[in-house]
Amino acid sequence: MNIAVCVKQTPDTETRIKLTEDQKRVDESDINFILNPYDEFAVEQAVRLKEAHGGEVTVISLGPDRVKTAIRTALAMGGDRAIHLKTEKHPDDPLVTAKALASVLKEGNYDLILLGKQAIDDDHNQIPSILGALLDIPAVTVVIKLEVDGNNLTAEREIDGGHEILKFSMPAIIGAQRGLNEPRYPSLKGIMRAKKIQIEEREVALEPEQLKVELLQYPPPKNPGKIVGDSAEAVPELLRLLHEEAKVL
Amino acid sequence: MKVLIYGEHRDGQIRKITFENITLTRSLNAPFEVVFIGADIPDAGEQLSRYGAEQVTLVKGSGLEKYSPDGYAKILAQLVQKHEADVLLMGATATGKDLAPRVSAILNAPLATDCTKVELDGDQLRLIRPMYAGKVLANVSLNSGIKIVTVRPNVYSAHENPADAEVREETVEVPDLKTVVKEIISGAKGKLDVTEADIIVSGGRGMKGPENWHLIEELAELLGAATGASRAAVDAGWRPHDEQVGQTGKTVSPTLYVAVGISGAIQHLAGMSSSKYIVAINKDPEAPIFKVADYGIVADLFEVVPKMIEELKKMKN
Repeated sequence: MNIAVCVKQTPDTETRIKLTEDQKRVDESDINFILNPYDEFAVEQAVRLKEAHGGEVTVISLGPDRVKTAIRTALAMGGDRAIHLKTEKHPDDPLVTAKALASVLKEGNYDLILLGKQAIDDDHNQIPSILGALLDIPAVTVVIKLEVDGNNLTAEREIDGGHEILKFSMPAIIGAQRGLNEPRYPSLKGIMRAKKIQIEEREVALEPEQLKVELLQYPPPKNPGKIVGDSAEAVPELLRLLHEEAKVL
Repeated sequence: MKVLIYGEHRDGQIRKITFENITLTRSLNAPFEVVFIGADIPDAGEQLSRYGAEQVTLVKGSGLEKYSPDGYAKILAQLVQKHEADVLLMGATATGKDLAPRVSAILNAPLATDCTKVELDGDQLRLIRPMYAGKVLANVSLNSGIKIVTVRPNVYSAHENPADAEVREETVEVPDLKTVVKEIISGAKGKLDVTEADIIVSGGRGMKGPENWHLIEELAELLGAATGASRAAVDAGWRPHDEQVGQTGKTVSPTLYVAVGISGAIQHLAGMSSSKYIVAINKDPEAPIFKVADYGIVADLFEVVPKMIEELKKMKN
């Protein structure tokens, strides 16, 4: 099975986001970057499928030089090859990112393309579905279960208040959701192996962006709350406040 | 500027986000139409009239009774063009998240997802969307002919504003469907999803184990709330993934969020701090959750929650 995994490097979830003075960008100086947590599920699934069916896993990532660290993590988990699409920064417009990925994915003739359902930085939730339309192949996202039977796939995906089961065939795109699997920690052997893999670098010409981030702001600070009490005796007062002051009960 | 609102429906019911988007669009004073694909809603006209829709189109076609991501996307893209819409407005629901990017790709039109503010300034849309699960708010602009926007549920409330809805049916040629939903598994009967709920009761590590979750469930039932969980509770295997609130779970904006035994890790706060009112119950007075809580009780949850249940039962009677 010829598998591609598209990954993004994102700040760690515990990061406190600081903005640059002009509020145009996020200040990256103190950020601990990681492999996007949802992409970990995608990499894990790719490696498991390779282990079960044979084949090769190609890791693809777009972005500045620092994304190589995320690529190495994915390789250490079991990826075989890697392509780095070099750009100065991550585009604001996910459609632009997706088009650049699509052109590389087209060449690769992959049976299966896996990626996280969203990146936890810009939270667009768009790339897997966009790729489905651009490549005109099935794309099922927010997937928590995937079964492969020859060329046929059955995926279970989360919807609001339930699950959907979809059937389709390869080539296809899967957007991984938490619960799809339990990602492995890279082994020492995996890390050593990853170091030896040559990451193929490619320059990409990005299309003009139609979506632009004009300004970033911190959410308005919450007004300091009220400690209603320090025992269960405070419950009637809490309920009164919710009823009379907040008017939510 | 003409807006096309994608009407969401499930099991013959129009979903709340559709009415929210109608109310929002009316507030923009923009002409709009509502389209439903594959819907069988007997009283669509009556329901939509109540919220002020005047133009409604029910799109029919063979095989459209069940959701098909690629099929619906192609049809919706055609509708946007045929109805000469400048803006396609959808909900940032499971369906909206799935469908909108595909339409964006087909029409080469930019998409701003999960917006929490949509304003119109002349012909320019002013949009705000949270990033980093709400740690940052971004003002984004869409510079294109057709623009696509999905709006976070529960942010704009739906208001009744009666009009006379004209409901038309339109039959379309259905493209070859690559992906079709074979089966829908509903969650526990009547179980509300956290993203749609007005009230959420969430439990964390302080709950000590899944065997204590009946407290969360009972409290939630009395409040008509959905149940959520912190990452700690999900990682421990106490609760299913779909209940997780936070940066690697769901981002929610209910009217009331009750955090029980949740300390308030930064990634959890990111996912829920835009709730209108937050109640925190935790025995650690230093817990970060109290920094975002409107009302807090610093005490043992195993004493506070049973008392809440008892008092709420009294109120009900």
